[in-house]
Amino acid sequence: MTPYTTTLQSGGHWSLRVRRGLQMTLTDISGNGNLGMLFYNPENLLERYNAPDTLKCQHTFKLTQGHCLYSDMGRIFASITGDTVGWHETVCGNSHASHISEKWGARDYQNDRNQWHQNGNDAFLVELAKYGLGRADMAANINFFSKVTSNEQGDLRLAEGNSPVGSQITLRFEMDTLVLLHSCPHPLNTASHYPRHEIGIALSTAAPVTKDDECKNACAENQRGFANNALYHLGIDSLSMGASR
Amino acid sequence: MIIASKLQPENAIERKTVAAGDYSLNLIKAGQVVRIVDLEGNQAADTLFYNANNPSERYSATDTLREQGNLYLTAGSQLRSNDNNVMLEIVADTCGRHDTIGGACATESNTVRYDLEKRCMHACRDSWMLAIAEHPEYGIAKRDISHNINFFMNVPVTPEGGLTFEDGISAPGKYVELQAKMDIVMLVSNCPQLNNPCNGYNPTAIEWLAWDA
Repeated sequence: MTPYTTTLQSGGHWSLRVRRGLQMTLTDISGNGNLGMLFYNPENLLERYNAPDTLKCQHTFKLTQGHCLYSDMGRIFASITGDTVGWHETVCGNSHASHISEKWGARDYQNDRNQWHQNGNDAFLVELAKYGLGRADMAANINFFSKVTSNEQGDLRLAEGNSPVGSQITLRFEMDTLVLLHSCPHPLNTASHYPRHEIGIALSTAAPVTKDDECKNACAENQRGFANNALYHLGIDSLSMGASR
Repeated sequence: MIIASKLQPENAIERKTVAAGDYSLNLIKAGQVVRIVDLEGNQAADTLFYNANNPSERYSATDTLREQGNLYLTAGSQLRSNDNNVMLEIVADTCGRHDTIGGACATESNTVRYDLEKRCMHACRDSWMLAIAEHPEYGIAKRDISHNINFFMNVPVTPEGGLTFEDGISAPGKYVELQAKMDIVMLVSNCPQLNNPCNGYNPTAIEWLAWDA
């Protein structure tokens, strides 16, 4: 396919159905950006991204290249096939309107039009509603480009300068996925002004998964995750995908 | 933070034992206090909370962690909802640390974590699914089953971003106590996990007690 590119403006949100076999490359155009993301199975909206399973399956607290992003049904929505950043977090959730107004003032649409201060929670609620979903369906999301560390006591801290201008992460989709995303500030961001950043999105065809694939072979858990996906696609493979995947 | 409770079991309005692998579904009124006791040690109590008057408002690990700025739960922790409201507060804790990022075992995740053939093994999410199927009066559905608290479980995160499941820091008789800040439906799966050191490969019973405000 001809690659499709677009830009998510500051405080923006979007959703799209991504077919299996596509890859999505996200670019932090302005630097120190944040991209909230959630995944759902468009054939069964009750199947969704599961942050705890993703972390514990791979014995990791951070997400980076080589990791797979799991659903609650033991399947893999997407693999992280490229990453120039090294650490993305999935435990801090979204900013709410109250956080934004407390930190940076409540700039509303009536006065500020699209320069208002949108928050991640409302951004996801807007996108969820388009598919008949609501706040009960909002799972723990990923915050791409944001690094949150924990010390031994468990204190959480958002790292500064984690994502230089032009940082990129590439996701290869292993099943058809409804993707929800927003470019609102990370909820732990303490910048003096409402952080504005643009995120570039490019969609293209991914290279086929080979036997020596980095994500599939990162651990025995991921091999079993891919086996669960293969079971899910049994029959579909022989009909439409051939032997390439 | 270790804080012992002054409440006496003989004054409890309700007291019951939940066997390993069973669930407990309870309505708790605002102000009431609930205690979960790890009777034999190393057990994990996988717990979800709902606003009893509107179950689409429910416990949120992300909101809880973000607001307290810390990964672990103990006395003083406020348990928050997906609307960022305080649902309950941990008012006593003789264990010292509880996990809320490890999630619950499910037959599906067991296939990934342990072996494709482990699908047949009983898991926490099965207990929750049975609970909501047997109790439609609470209006809770699979879409409401979200991230949970693992009381008594120890899932340390390293500064480098690693994550490990360690032998519990709990012991026989240790407990955690929570006070409700709104009317709450509390859904506990007493974890039947046989593949993980979190309950010493031998799931055991917990005790559940409640006191009036």
